[in-house]
Amino acid sequence: MKASKSKVIVVGNGMVGYKFCEKLRNTDTEDKYEVTVFGEEPWPAYDRVHLSSYFSKAAPETLQMAPRSWYAEHKVALRTNELITQIDSKQRLVVNHLGESFSYDYLVLATGSSAFVPPIPGVDKKGVFVYRTLEDLDAIMDYGKKVKSATVLGGGLLGLEAAKAVMDMGLQAHVVELAPRLMPNQLDEQGAALLKSKLEDLGIGIHLGKMTKEIQGNGKLDGLVFQDGTFFSTDMLVISAGIKPRDELAAKAGLALGKKGGILVNELLKTSDEHIFAIGEAAAHRDQVYGLVAPGYEMAQQVVNQLLNKDVQPFEGFDMSTKLKLIGVEVGSFGDPFGTKEPSRPICFEDKVKGQYKRINISSDGKRLVGGVLVGDTSAYGMLLQMTQNKMALPPEPEDLILGGREGKSSNPMGGLDALPEAAQIWSCENITKGDICQHIQQTESGDLGEIKKCTKAGTGCGGCLPMINDLAKFQLKKLGKTVKNVLCEHFPYSRQELFDIIKIKGVKSYDQLLDEFGEGDGCEICKPAVASILASVWNEMILRQDTIQDTNDRFLANIQKGGTYSVVPRIPGGEITPEQLIVIGEVAKKYKLYTKITGGQRIDMFGARVDQLPDIWEELIDAGFESGHAYGKSLRTVKSCVGSTWCRYGVQDSVSFAIRVEERYRGLRSPHKLKGGVSGCIRECAEAQSKDFGIIATEKGWNIYVGGNGGSKPQHAKLLVNDVDTDTCIKYLDRYLMFYIKTAEPLQRTASWLNKLDGGLDYLRDVVVNDSLGIAGELEREMEFMVNTYACEWKEVVNNPELRARFKHFVNADDQDPSLQFKPMRGQKIPVDWKS
Amino acid sequence: MIELLEKYPKVAEDAVEFWYKAAPASAFPENGGACVKFKDLQIAVFNFSRRGEWYACQNLCPHRMQMILSRGMIGSEGEEPKVACPFHKKTFSLKTGENLNGDTCTISTYPVKVEDGYVYIGFDRGYA
Ligand code: SRM
Ligand SMILES: Cc1cc2nc3c(=O)[nH]c(=O)nc-3n(C[C@H](O)[C@H](O)[C@H](O)COP(=O)(O)OP(=O)(O)OC[C@H]3O[C@@H](n4cnc5c(N)ncnc54)[C@H](O)[C@@H]3O)c2cc1C
Ligand code: SF4
Ligand code: FES
Repeated sequence: MKASKSKVIVVGNGMVGYKFCEKLRNTDTEDKYEVTVFGEEPWPAYDRVHLSSYFSKAAPETLQMAPRSWYAEHKVALRTNELITQIDSKQRLVVNHLGESFSYDYLVLATGSSAFVPPIPGVDKKGVFVYRTLEDLDAIMDYGKKVKSATVLGGGLLGLEAAKAVMDMGLQAHVVELAPRLMPNQLDEQGAALLKSKLEDLGIGIHLGKMTKEIQGNGKLDGLVFQDGTFFSTDMLVISAGIKPRDELAAKAGLALGKKGGILVNELLKTSDEHIFAIGEAAAHRDQVYGLVAPGYEMAQQVVNQLLNKDVQPFEGFDMSTKLKLIGVEVGSFGDPFGTKEPSRPICFEDKVKGQYKRINISSDGKRLVGGVLVGDTSAYGMLLQMTQNKMALPPEPEDLILGGREGKSSNPMGGLDALPEAAQIWSCENITKGDICQHIQQTESGDLGEIKKCTKAGTGCGGCLPMINDLAKFQLKKLGKTVKNVLCEHFPYSRQELFDIIKIKGVKSYDQLLDEFGEGDGCEICKPAVASILASVWNEMILRQDTIQDTNDRFLANIQKGGTYSVVPRIPGGEITPEQLIVIGEVAKKYKLYTKITGGQRIDMFGARVDQLPDIWEELIDAGFESGHAYGKSLRTVKSCVGSTWCRYGVQDSVSFAIRVEERYRGLRSPHKLKGGVSGCIRECAEAQSKDFGIIATEKGWNIYVGGNGGSKPQHAKLLVNDVDTDTCIKYLDRYLMFYIKTAEPLQRTASWLNKLDGGLDYLRDVVVNDSLGIAGELEREMEFMVNTYACEWKEVVNNPELRARFKHFVNADDQDPSLQFKPMRGQKIPVDWKS
Repeated sequence: MIELLEKYPKVAEDAVEFWYKAAPASAFPENGGACVKFKDLQIAVFNFSRRGEWYACQNLCPHRMQMILSRGMIGSEGEEPKVACPFHKKTFSLKTGENLNGDTCTISTYPVKVEDGYVYIGFDRGYA
């Protein structure tokens, strides 16, 4: 460590330069660095993003990122009104316009951009402006008072903002754009066309595909001449044709520049000089300059991390998602809006009456959102952006993302479909509307998806729009008075509910028998686990008797992880655990070098076990009194509890004891999808029971039961089934509810979507469960009782059965471990190395 | 990563130079698979007992480079026998190795025979 502090100089006190100072100061708690920031502008950094609000508020202080006093308090030497004119990288000095020099250990260039002014003859005339700084705005406002009309050159994000600003000044506003559509970098044709008509409704003139050849006027401009020879009269011109990174200082110092300008940086934001970083709009990363503030902030963070030896994530480029702040017209563009960066297929929806256009691009495997466009309604922007950036799994029906509330609003999921206009486009690759699909169904009276696909070409791409087409088909058939059938897959012409009945009534106990008698072909990865789940729900036999029809997690009774190892999750009912049990888990994890983590379900996960280690690990856990937590199964996971009346000063019932009772009752219960429960000791709801498949909340008089809650990507609050029931009644209703769900849901359908699609909804469910309207309550209870009585810990059976145990190895012909397993350390534990592709 | 994939060139039926005696047929679960170690290679072998057929392919799933296909579920799509990767359910033809539900690359397949209760995998000169 050096005796004296290291010196950091920041050139440019814009949004990013400021953010760098702020982040450095917040992180540099040991005061290792002395920071000086130079800004050429007379005032401290201000929020350029909200510059347009200056027109209405006209108080520069409100835009300040931080007042001058902040810099003083945080030991950042602020030097405004000083332009850095020279860098001497050998001696590590910078020189300001007054000739004073300052030494640095690290130099951070955050010089930003200036407006790009295309070389059109006449740009120097009076009445021509750019839109970048407070001074620019002052000048525009001044000039604007004297004229009637203003034209913005450039129909991009910024240009439209400028157009709105001049319009708000009371001027007749026009936008001239070179490209054939507005916001060509963010919007597709259809989205841009809708935006155009909206802006025109606001009174802004839009002129597309116009190349400006000359700015005419005697001293001050009076109009533009386009390439096609036409003259367009205007009193004022605001140029918004893009940005030009301020790389002149860096160029003079001999630093490498990007091909299209900007200071070239690597993924650590280093320039060609070891000691000089560049961040924000001045930096060119892989020859790209990012004209948005978020990537600049990310760059600032990564440089701070390097200076303070914190975990550095290489800068790998940035999502250019944007949302336009224009009042009255909402526009959003996120991820890859055109879906051209990787193979993908769009789902689009346009409602001309409401003036909405929405498009999402689904990856070719149908699993992820890669980007999209929103015009007219950007309420889903945040969520969609999140899904895209975090590569979140799509909901089963991705079109819900843009159609929203198709289910929630009414218990009839088709209601939303009915409301869709005929012209709503539901295409995949072709231009297919709801009308096209409905017409096909009307003519053929068939809802066969294969047929629809063939005839309309809809859904032939990624299949992202298939679920919606499926819904449409059912809806349309229902309208025609036909019954609709949901078949499992090509191997079984039955719905899950029908198969459930067949298995039960015919006493079918094996998959092969079912396939022979009721199916065709050789089965697949859809029907095998679905049937395995039904068999388990009906007969509750040890699932490894038919291990090759189980999904991989069930086949090895553990969750498969990245890299091919497995995780181990013992049951910790209600989240209650003794110190002794904690020690056992700790010892086992230590012995087998497992990564441990507290899960979101109030228990402990041990990751990184090899397949051959699983039986040994479980043997030790079982010896200590643990049992399987079924974290791998589509079965009961956890019943979360809060501490309740035992300790909590507000608790009105003993929620822990009840949670344990419920968890132990339903442990190992196989169901169409996983099941989670929660029990809270009072109305404060610390167990989050209302986000579970079944939630129980204590009242002074007993328990309230909630059903059909869900977390996940489409969270949904559980709905109140009954109030104030006593403990035994509560269990009785839960038995009926869960069994009814198990018997009637589709494969992999959580209780929330099951309830959403249940005809009659919550009222119907209450009739069945509480009022026994179908007269099946007794049967449901008996079936549940059977499951409870036949429960056995699967791991215990494996551990004690040499034949089953022998299946847990990687090779059939060698005792070797899988040599391809690879780990790397993290915070004192191990994790698998990244996916390779 | 390409190197890893290149370790597994496809072997055609008529190019087999030698048969590797892998393990007794009874060691392979019915209608399921298991992994065979051969030199530094991992080969997934499937006992498709429902069809009375045996198949072998590389154990490596090319989607995320996971050594896993032997633990996948097998089945059919139309007439085509297939295996589904446990990780993300990419399915591959057991006959041609082609990815049936996406554009992941094709996997290598190997001839298999069962003689005297033993499973043999066929390799060509490339594996000498
Ligand atoms: C370990 C854990 C994360 C953690 O570190 O905390 C986890 C890990 C996984 N979750 Fe989860 N979830 C975990 C709590 C949750 C929770 C929170 C909770 O349970 O309170 C939720 C939201 C609540 C809910 O389910 O409604 C949750 C919603 C999901 C979903 C979305 C389900 C949905 O209906 O949308 C999936 C995907 C799925 O099941 O299809 C999922 C799937 C997964 C899988 C199984 C993904 C997979 O197939 O590999 C992860 C496996 C990890 C492993 O091998 O152990 N996990 N997952 C948590 C284990 C809890 C436990 O003790 O059993
Ligand atoms: C009207 C408008 C609206 C915008 N809206 C959005 C939006 O909605 N979303 C979004 O993400 N982005 C938006 N942006 C872009 C965003 O403002 C910029 O990405 C961001 O300001 C870049 O920050 P920066 O610090 O890199 O550059 P700047 O903010 O340009 O700061 C650089 C500073 O360095 C100074 N400087 C340059 N050279 C020197 C030197 N040699 N010596 C001393 N000082 C120097 C400059 O004077 C300037 O003050 C908008 C921009 C404008 C103009
Ligand atoms: S643990 Fe759950 S939320 Fe986290 S990455 Fe896995 S599936 Fe997603
Ligand atoms: S690793 Fe095999 S499908 Fe993803």
